[in-house]
Amino acid sequence: MVETPLLRLRGVTKAYPAVLANDAVDLDVMPGEIHAVLGENGAGKSTLMKIIYGSVRPDAGTVEWRGEQVDIQSPLKARDLGIGMVFQHFSLFETLTAAENISLAVPGTIADLSTRIRAASAQFGLDVEPDSRVQAMTVGERQRIEILRCILQEPKLIIMDEPTSVLPPQGIAKLFETLRRLASEGIGIIFISHKLDEIKALCDTATVMRGGRVVGVVDAKVEDARSLTRLMIGREIAAPSHSAERGDGHAVLEVAGLNHTPLDPFAPALKDISLTLRSGQITGIAGVSGNGQDALTRALAGEIVQGSQDAGTIVLEGAELGADTPDQRRTKGLHFVPEERLGRGAVPIHTLSENTGLTTHHAGLVNWGMVKLGKRRALAQGTIEAMDVRCGGPDATAQSLSGGNLQKFIVGRELALRPKVLIASQPTWGVDVGAAAAIRQKLIDLRDEGAAILIVSEEIEEIFEICDTIQVMFRGQLSPPVQAQTASIDDVGLAMAGDFDALVLREAAHV
Amino acid sequence: MSRLVIESRPERTVWAPIQVSLLAVLLTCLGGSVLFMIYGVPPLKGLDAIFIDPLRTSYGVGEILLKMAPLLLIAQGLAIGFRAQIWNIGAEGQLIVGAIAATALAIQFQGTTSPLLLPAMIIAGMMGGMVWAGIAALLRAQFNANEILVTFMLTSVALQLLYYLVAGPMRDPSGFNFPQSIRFDAAAKFPILIEGTRVNASLFIGLVASLIAVIFVQRSLVSYKMSVGGIAPAAATYAGYSSKKAIWLALLISGGAAGMAGVGEVSGPLGMLQRNISPGYGYAGIIVAVLGGLHPIGIIFASALMALVYVGGDFALLSLGVPNAVTGIFQGMLLTFYLACSFLLTSRIRWIKPDALKQEAPAD
Repeated sequence: MVETPLLRLRGVTKAYPAVLANDAVDLDVMPGEIHAVLGENGAGKSTLMKIIYGSVRPDAGTVEWRGEQVDIQSPLKARDLGIGMVFQHFSLFETLTAAENISLAVPGTIADLSTRIRAASAQFGLDVEPDSRVQAMTVGERQRIEILRCILQEPKLIIMDEPTSVLPPQGIAKLFETLRRLASEGIGIIFISHKLDEIKALCDTATVMRGGRVVGVVDAKVEDARSLTRLMIGREIAAPSHSAERGDGHAVLEVAGLNHTPLDPFAPALKDISLTLRSGQITGIAGVSGNGQDALTRALAGEIVQGSQDAGTIVLEGAELGADTPDQRRTKGLHFVPEERLGRGAVPIHTLSENTGLTTHHAGLVNWGMVKLGKRRALAQGTIEAMDVRCGGPDATAQSLSGGNLQKFIVGRELALRPKVLIASQPTWGVDVGAAAAIRQKLIDLRDEGAAILIVSEEIEEIFEICDTIQVMFRGQLSPPVQAQTASIDDVGLAMAGDFDALVLREAAHV
Repeated sequence: MSRLVIESRPERTVWAPIQVSLLAVLLTCLGGSVLFMIYGVPPLKGLDAIFIDPLRTSYGVGEILLKMAPLLLIAQGLAIGFRAQIWNIGAEGQLIVGAIAATALAIQFQGTTSPLLLPAMIIAGMMGGMVWAGIAALLRAQFNANEILVTFMLTSVALQLLYYLVAGPMRDPSGFNFPQSIRFDAAAKFPILIEGTRVNASLFIGLVASLIAVIFVQRSLVSYKMSVGGIAPAAATYAGYSSKKAIWLALLISGGAAGMAGVGEVSGPLGMLQRNISPGYGYAGIIVAVLGGLHPIGIIFASALMALVYVGGDFALLSLGVPNAVTGIFQGMLLTFYLACSFLLTSRIRWIKPDALKQEAPAD
C-alpha cells in the first residue's frame, strides 16, 4: 500500500431496536477520491454517514482517520478532524437567516460571512440569499445552504447525502465541477446517491450497500447502470409504461390570472398564472425550488385562499372553487400530495389508520360526528396492500416508516378516492428507486383512467419520463406549455434559469 | 463494555404514560421523604399520613370523593385543549365566574322550591365559565394573543370581581357585613350522593363528563381534528382544518367545565358564595390533566390521587403538625417529576449487555 487512506472503516456495526442498520461495514476513502455510496433507502447509508460524522456511535467496529484509530464522539470532533457533511434531512434553524445559520458553524461576523456566502454562491452556482430566513425557504434552498456551510468550513473529507436531487441540470454540472476541483486538491468526497448516471459521471469507486451490508466495491467507470441497479436492489426494475394519451382531453381544472403575494418578502409572488389541466394528461411543472411552486400548489389545494378581486379564478369542472377550503376541494375531487411527508402529509405520531382519516373522512367514514374506526382501518389496510407499503400494518405510526414507504402510503391514500384532479409536489424526492418507479406507475395508471394530474418536480428526468405537457416556473411566473415529446431537455433547462424564449420559439416551430 | 442507551420507542404504547405517572409518584414519595426528614418527621409516618391515613376512614374517603369532583371536571375540559396545544391555565378564574353566575340565580330566586333552579344554575355556571374563557379565545383567534397569558391574567380579574361582589352587590344583607352571600336554599344545592358524607351529585356529573370525554377523544371527528392541529399544524392546514375553530372549541369546553366545577362548590360543600371558593382547583386541574397523560381514563385516576394529596395534607397538618403547604409541595413535585420523566413517553432506556455487543460484532 503506497498511500494511507483518508478514512478507513472496519467492521462497523450499528443495531436499532427494529433493524440492524449497519452490519460489519468496511469502507476506504483515499485523499482526492470521489467515492460513491450507493443503495436504496433503508440500506444503511445514512446511518453509516452519521457514524463517520460522529452523530451516531457504532456498537462495534473501528474508524481510522489518516492512519490513526479515532473515536469520533460528536460532530464537533468530526469537524475538528476535518470531516464536513451535507445532510439529506436538513439541520438548519428555521427562525434564523441563511448567514446566521452558517455563522453557527463557521467563524466570522455576519457581514463578513454574507460576503463570503455571496462569493461562494456565485463560484459554485448555489443561489442563496444570505439575509433570507430559512423558514420561508423550500427544500432546494435549504440544501444549498447546507452545501455552502460545509464548503466554507474547508474540510478534508466532505460527505454529501443526495446533494443533486434539487438542482437544475446546469447546477448539477457546476456542482460536479466544484467537487472535482475539490478532489484535485486532495479532498476526499463521499457522494451518496441513487442516480446511477451521476455516479458514473462523477465518482471513481462505488461501495454498494443493501440491507445494512456492503454487497460490492466496484469501479464506477466500468460498471453500467444495469449492473449497479442489480447489485443495489438485488433485482431489475421495469421502466414505467407510458401509453398514448387517454380520455377526451377536456379541461378539468382551469386556472386564470392567479396572483398571490406571500407574507414573506423573500418568497416570490405568483404573477398572472394561467394553467389548464386536462383529463388523461399529466402536466409537469419544472423549475428550481423556491420559484413559487410552493405558493402555487397551496393556492390550488386551497391552503391559501384568494381574497382580493385580481386574485384570479380556479375553476373545477365548470365550477369556481373560490374560497373553498382544502377539505371542501377534496370532496369535489381535487386531491393534493404535499412535498413534506412527515408533519404535513402525515402526522408523525399518528398511526397509518389515523393518518388515512386526514384526507378521507368525508368519504363515508363519519357518522353523526363519530369516526367509523373499523372502516377507516380497512381503508388504510387497502392502501397498504395496493401500494405494497412495507410497514407493521395500519397500527404502525407514520414516523416508523421509511421515507419511500410513507410516500407510497400518502400517494395511495389520495389515489384510493379516485381523484378527478391530483396535484403532487416532488412525489419521488428522496425516495428509493423501487418506490419511485412504483409511485410513477400509479400516477400514470390514474392518468389512464382519465384523471388530470399536475406534477411539480425539480427532477427534470422525472418530468420528461412521465409528463405529457411541461411548463416551467421561474420567479413566480409560469412558462407556456410545451409537449414533452417534442421539447428538448436543454430548452427546459434554460427556461429553469429564466429564459422562456427558447422554449416558446421551439414549441411554435412544431405547431 | 456494557452501557445504558436511550433510544426512541419503535411504536406507541399505552403503558408508557402509566409507567411515567407511576415513576412520578415514586419520585414524589422519595422527595417527600427528604422533606419530612428535614422537618424531623419519620418519612414513612409522613407518607402514611398523606397517602394512607385518609383511606382508613369513611370520612376520609368521602372528602377525597368530594374534592375529586371539581378536579375531574376541570381536568377533562383542560385535557381537550392541551391535546390541541391550546393552553388554558385560567380554569381557576373560569371556576370563579361560573360560581358567581350560579349564585346570581340563587339570590334572584331566593325562596323558590322549583326543581328547575339547580339545572338553571348549572347552565348559568357553564355559560359564565365559557364567557370568561371565550374572551381569551376571541383574543387568540382574532389577534393571536397568547392564551396562556390571557387566561392567567383573567383569573386575577375574576378574583377581584369576586371580592367586589361578595363585599357589595351579592353580600348577604343580614350577614353582619361578612363578605359572603346568603346561604343557598335546598333547591339551589346538589343532593347528597352518599349518606353520611359531603359527597354530592357533582361527582356524578364529573364521572358522566369523563365518560363523554372517553367517547369524544376516541371516536369524534372534532377531537381528531383538534389533535392533528396540536401535533402537526402543517398537516392540519393541509387537511383543511380550521385552527380558529379548534381554539374556540378548546377554550369554550374547558371554560364550561371549569364553570360547572364552580357551581359544584357553591351549590355543594360551601352552600354560598364567599371569598375562598377554591383551594386552587383550577391550577391543580392542570396537574391532573398532565399526570393523567391527557387521557380521560388516566385523568380519573390522577384526579383521585390529587384529591388524596389535598385531604392527606390536611391529615398531616392535624396528626404531625407539618405546615399545610405540604399539599402544594406534593402537587408541585408530582408535576415536576412527571415532566422530568416525560421523555420516557417517546423514548426508552435499554441496558446493553457486554455479551450482546460481542454477538453483534463481526466474527472475523
